[in-house]
Amino acid sequence: MISLGRDTRSTLLTGSLVGHPIRVAAVDGYALEQRAARLSSRSIKRESKAAGLELAARCIDLTTLEGADTPGKVRALCARALHPDPDDPTMAPVAAVCVYGALVAAARAALGDAPVNVASVAGAFPSGQSHLSERLEEIRRAVADGADEIDIVLNRGALLAGHLDVVHDEVAASKEAAGPAHLKTILETAELGSYETVRLASMIAMAAGSDVIKTSTGKLPVGATPAVALCMAEAIREFAEQTGQVVGLKLAGGIRTSKQALGYLVIVAETLGSEAITPDRFRLGASTLLNDIVLQRRFARTGRYGRTHDLPVD
Amino acid sequence: MTTTPHTDNASELAQMFSAYVPSIEGRDVVTIRPRYGLMIDGVERPAREERTFPTIEPGTGDHLADVAEADAGDVDDAVAAARQAYENGWRDLPGRTRAKYLFRLARLLQDRSREFAVLESIDGGKPIRESRDIDVPLAAAHLFHHAGWADKLEYAVPGMSARSLGVVGQIIPWNFPLLMATWKIGPALACGNTVVLKPAETTPLTALLLAELIAEADFPPGVVNVITGPGTTGAALAAHPGLDKVAFTGSTGVGKSILRALAGTATRLTLELGGKGANIVFDDAALDQTVEGIVDGIFFNQGHVCCAGSRLLVQEGVADELMGRLRRRIELLRVGDPLDKNTDVGAINSAAQLERIRGFVDAAEADGCQIDQTSGPLPERGFFFPPTIVSGLGGSEAIAREEVFGPVLAVQTFRTEAEAVAKANATRYGLSAGVWTEKGSRILWMSQRLRAGVVWANCFNQLDPTSPFGGVKESGFGREGGRQGLAEYLALAPVSA
Repeated sequence: MISLGRDTRSTLLTGSLVGHPIRVAAVDGYALEQRAARLSSRSIKRESKAAGLELAARCIDLTTLEGADTPGKVRALCARALHPDPDDPTMAPVAAVCVYGALVAAARAALGDAPVNVASVAGAFPSGQSHLSERLEEIRRAVADGADEIDIVLNRGALLAGHLDVVHDEVAASKEAAGPAHLKTILETAELGSYETVRLASMIAMAAGSDVIKTSTGKLPVGATPAVALCMAEAIREFAEQTGQVVGLKLAGGIRTSKQALGYLVIVAETLGSEAITPDRFRLGASTLLNDIVLQRRFARTGRYGRTHDLPVD
Repeated sequence: MTTTPHTDNASELAQMFSAYVPSIEGRDVVTIRPRYGLMIDGVERPAREERTFPTIEPGTGDHLADVAEADAGDVDDAVAAARQAYENGWRDLPGRTRAKYLFRLARLLQDRSREFAVLESIDGGKPIRESRDIDVPLAAAHLFHHAGWADKLEYAVPGMSARSLGVVGQIIPWNFPLLMATWKIGPALACGNTVVLKPAETTPLTALLLAELIAEADFPPGVVNVITGPGTTGAALAAHPGLDKVAFTGSTGVGKSILRALAGTATRLTLELGGKGANIVFDDAALDQTVEGIVDGIFFNQGHVCCAGSRLLVQEGVADELMGRLRRRIELLRVGDPLDKNTDVGAINSAAQLERIRGFVDAAEADGCQIDQTSGPLPERGFFFPPTIVSGLGGSEAIAREEVFGPVLAVQTFRTEAEAVAKANATRYGLSAGVWTEKGSRILWMSQRLRAGVVWANCFNQLDPTSPFGGVKESGFGREGGRQGLAEYLALAPVSA
């Protein structure tokens, strides 16, 4: 059972799957925000901008998570994922499509063996407030239907109530239920109250076996922010130093513009190295972002700003 | 993660992205004239003897312009103009009218902020990101702050009536040329004094542009006079008998000579001198933010900062880990063209300063200290020095004791709070210190015992016009900013009940 201890330096997380105590560093929120703001002000131009936009597009988990989603909507999304710019067949596909569990089979059928993963939210997304057995069953079902990646939500209620063992064990059980699929754990940082808690939640989620930690569900007014992205990237760096395990990062919620995406790439690359901004380690959960990137690419190619009316509706 | 086939050339893209192709701020926003004169009594004119000196662009080593070199006669003229302006108007203007001029100047500075930022980076070598995001906005903030005080001086010091001093001679350094000019003239003018300002020899251009702005803001002639020249010009100004106050920011050596020159005279003096600030890191600190704070503390403005955190004192239990992170972090610093918006560390201000910094680091190397430097190439032209960490120090080496005024961090370790305080205070300077710990009571305990004008807790180099800034011991005396800073420019007398 995991618990928190201390030495003179910091909080220590003991009893996790990692097997040895994990240091959870303190976070100074003011300094964190300052650093994130400064990184976001990098001036990314020409070849660097083009490369960044190309990467950002390839790192997108193209997402639809609406009550009104249908197999038809998902098929359109999959077509878009494969050919992000209908005018430019050379544009590479996005990393994955992300859908509700009931639509995994439709997405799998639409994508077949194409080089785009199917990701499914599971585990009583977005609140997580249902019984563990039901949440695990949801995960197993999504994997059985063909999901390559599972996005679960961390049990914020248990975390805020201080039941860290519950948080940890649920993530570990979800990892087991996901089997071969990769597990992305959503912290829903806007509900955690402080950067220290974001850091702690990141460490617990990683110690319990998450392949990726993710900021937000996208269902709250506040999603990813530069400071939260930096906080989680620093946690990933510290976890790797202590365990040798490299965990991925997914940012989601409110990322709509190319400029935002480039700012996040800067934050992650300057914290974790440029090897951390490729689709195997980095994702952007988004939908409208892709259109903005397509417009930016068209502008770079033609010198004219395009309009959105001729882009596919998805 | 699972197979995502489209990782083919993703790592090349990632490297191309992370290289940040140059993003150069355009120079065309500034016009640099071939010659600059002295600004005396609202008129630009050559020096009496028509002597000039060159100003150099540190980022390239190129000659920028020739600037008038004021001698004692020019100083006489400037002081006379300031005296005339003081007695024939400025002294007796209502505070709200002086405020009007200062507000106008602050707004003009904001309007032309890009021009000032570019010129500051060209003439001084600092990265455009800093001149754009820190120097110019803070300069405007100081003018706004003091403009607000101009009609409220009777409330500046409770129980005291306040009136102006007269004519003030102000001598400023080359590390923050525009910002220091506004730190100096802001309170002086708000308090009803007139000014003779002498910018540093290597960085006169933004002060001269500010003088043009002052004329544009319609200040009465002679209220602010700007004279340029080397140290001898500054010495002539500091010792001028027509001054009521001298305010100097610069090296401790020059500060001492001014203090000697003014001994026994009625001229008031404030000195803001060198420093060897200790950044003290306890083992419970928020390490990721601490690393950033250390980097900002010493590599901000190439370390040309009097309050720089040039000494790192780190608690032994966390020393190895912190040093590992710090060495990795400095590799990310982008050293180069000051006008590149992605440059983190720009050019050393002058060839002479570059030599001085080299001398310190070479001596430390000869002493057997460990030297860690960024490995990336430096520009071939201009004056550049790689961010440097010197460790394995005993504490008696020059690099641990003297002000290097460059991007060089000297590292020592400590075991207890008491030892940290003792080591931090074991210096002739006392300008700044930083404490990094998550424990609030320790911050208070330390800040009560550190002998420094400012102690930053879990941050460094945070400056604000409302906060008094200044030193103790050989870092000088007097404060700038806040109400304490105003008091330095006022003749105060108790108000009878």
